[in-house]
Amino acid sequence: MDIEGGERQTKHEVAPALISVHPFQKSVAITVGSALRVFDLIENRPVSLVDESDGPSHKDSIRAIRYGSSGKLFASAGDDKLVKIWSADSWHCLNTISSEKRVTAVAISSDDSYVCYADKFGVVWVVDLDGINEGKVLPSKKGVQLLCHYCSIITSLEFSPDGRYILSSDRDFKIRVTVFPKKSLQGAHEIQSFCLGHTEFVTCITFVQNPEFAQGYLMSGSGDSSVRLWDITTGSLLDTCDVSPTVKHLESNESEPTQVTVTDICALPNSSLAAVSIQRQVCFVLACIRFQGIVLLHCDLSAHTLSITKVIKIPGGSFIPTSISFSTSTRLLWMVSGASNGSNHPGYTRVRLISRIEAEPSSVLEDEQVPGGTTLLEHLQGKVSIEESVMSAAAEAVRAAMCSLMVKKQYSEENREFRKNNRNDKKPTQ
Amino acid sequence: MESETKPTFSKSTGLPRKRFYRARAHSNPLSDSHFPIPISPSHLDFSLHFPKFFGANNEEVSKKAEFADIGCGFGGLLISLATLFPDTLMIGMELRDKVTEYVKERILALRKSSSGGQYEKVSVVRTNSMKYIPNYFEKGQLSKMFFLFPDPHFKEKNHRRRVISVDLLDEYAYVLRAGGIIYTITDVEELGEWMRSCLEKHPMFESLTQDELDSDPVVELLCSATEEGQKVARNGGQTFRAVFRRIAYVS
Repeated sequence: MDIEGGERQTKHEVAPALISVHPFQKSVAITVGSALRVFDLIENRPVSLVDESDGPSHKDSIRAIRYGSSGKLFASAGDDKLVKIWSADSWHCLNTISSEKRVTAVAISSDDSYVCYADKFGVVWVVDLDGINEGKVLPSKKGVQLLCHYCSIITSLEFSPDGRYILSSDRDFKIRVTVFPKKSLQGAHEIQSFCLGHTEFVTCITFVQNPEFAQGYLMSGSGDSSVRLWDITTGSLLDTCDVSPTVKHLESNESEPTQVTVTDICALPNSSLAAVSIQRQVCFVLACIRFQGIVLLHCDLSAHTLSITKVIKIPGGSFIPTSISFSTSTRLLWMVSGASNGSNHPGYTRVRLISRIEAEPSSVLEDEQVPGGTTLLEHLQGKVSIEESVMSAAAEAVRAAMCSLMVKKQYSEENREFRKNNRNDKKPTQ
Repeated sequence: MESETKPTFSKSTGLPRKRFYRARAHSNPLSDSHFPIPISPSHLDFSLHFPKFFGANNEEVSKKAEFADIGCGFGGLLISLATLFPDTLMIGMELRDKVTEYVKERILALRKSSSGGQYEKVSVVRTNSMKYIPNYFEKGQLSKMFFLFPDPHFKEKNHRRRVISVDLLDEYAYVLRAGGIIYTITDVEELGEWMRSCLEKHPMFESLTQDELDSDPVVELLCSATEEGQKVARNGGQTFRAVFRRIAYVS
């Protein structure tokens, strides 16, 4: 009997911590496991979420959070198959959408009229947010199928700055650019382009723009240790930046060929720089991701080039950024590290900030310098100070979480045959 | 003769013999693939597929494949189309390894035996076209796509394995140019209705009229040229056809 294979599958999945900052820096939200923690940066106090449903808002790991670009709405979604739309002012849950499958990515259109989410089948659903406003809880809605990546998990969803396109990146290597239709409830059938060039899973996509190029260009990060720049109307690859040399810069002991995973990417608005959070990956399979750091890239929008400006090392080796977010007004880069620890325990999280990211040298803020100070850290991290030893243990969980999230399981030829012959849906033979 | 040294080839015709290339009729399109896939259409090496045209003295390098037979099986349709459209590059796509190998050998043998070079513009790739169509063709590259006697996948649970679905039609519409034609045929009534209803639902396709069907020389090949079609005809079975045109579309 197949015991070994079955056991491996029931092992609980850990989810990496996520962070998102309000577009006008009114609040900051982080998630770890099923916990959603929000801190009000204007009044310097923790926010208590109001949700009509009983019990915790999310019952399983949250996989995606996001503020709408207007700053009015906030969306959270994850493994409990729920997408929740919150008011980013009152923090009332305005709508709960139930999905058939676990949710992997979420996006809110720039006019706050639609929310899109992607599920484990690679299907993107759209929900009309018509009538959503302050303090009014809408009846639960069902998503309508918008498009489908055939059998590949979607890692990131993004609307183009002008709202014309919806972009979806997947765990194969594709980025699909689809025209977002006026009658979106009838599905998005017109594909503008495919951005093909990555050789591994695509982890994150974002737009870079400046006043001159308001239309913006697309940037994507991937497990093939590259960041790429694309023209979405034609799908053509404009430039590729290999970020693996930066790892050599960070780590001196060079032995194996390095492959780096870009885990998150965020553009610094109205400038042509983008910060990239990277993790080093040795080879391919499980337990492979090793540290670390933030890389600042320069993107020349008129010449269509990408280049590495600098590498920012974070003091204390155990901080592995799992998610980053940039606040425009204060020009602070927020980073979070952490992963859920089994099903119920939220695990440890650590929040750190970098100020003056474009300047030389940019500084990683000490805990006292963080806006909101210890009240913020206490709320977001669960406690103020976390010992180094606990963090290094958590770092292991973070690596495992990132791996299982991104890397497809690889089986040897022999193992594959074994799995094929021991499928549990097969009738037992006499 | 070389054919004598290869036991898998017929001595009389010089073609590969099907009995040595038998494979299971079904293959799960959802399972992970373990064969190489071009990163993008520009990475596809046509000189391997069409050596006469993309070799050293390449005159027609700008030419691209225009017909795609999805799930080409043993390649009967491709062989017939090759003589009917001698100037068009066409490619067959098949998921089953052994069957692809057969078609490859068949084309090579035909290239060798025919003098007019009629089979120089046909080729076959092993791929999962439900997943990787955009890796092989650019936007609007194709003028004809064929889906002949696809796996019916009767169980409702397995309907998403069907090669025609509204979602996948988005991708087919992307690689087809406006005016391009999609041909589908099956001997399973339920699947025939399914394919027709998917195409009718999709805003980027319209049905061909009866006159257009009658004047299209390809339509009659759908039954007569393919191995599956001949089998159905032998048994006196019924076939269900849906032929649609990709239309220009403004959303």
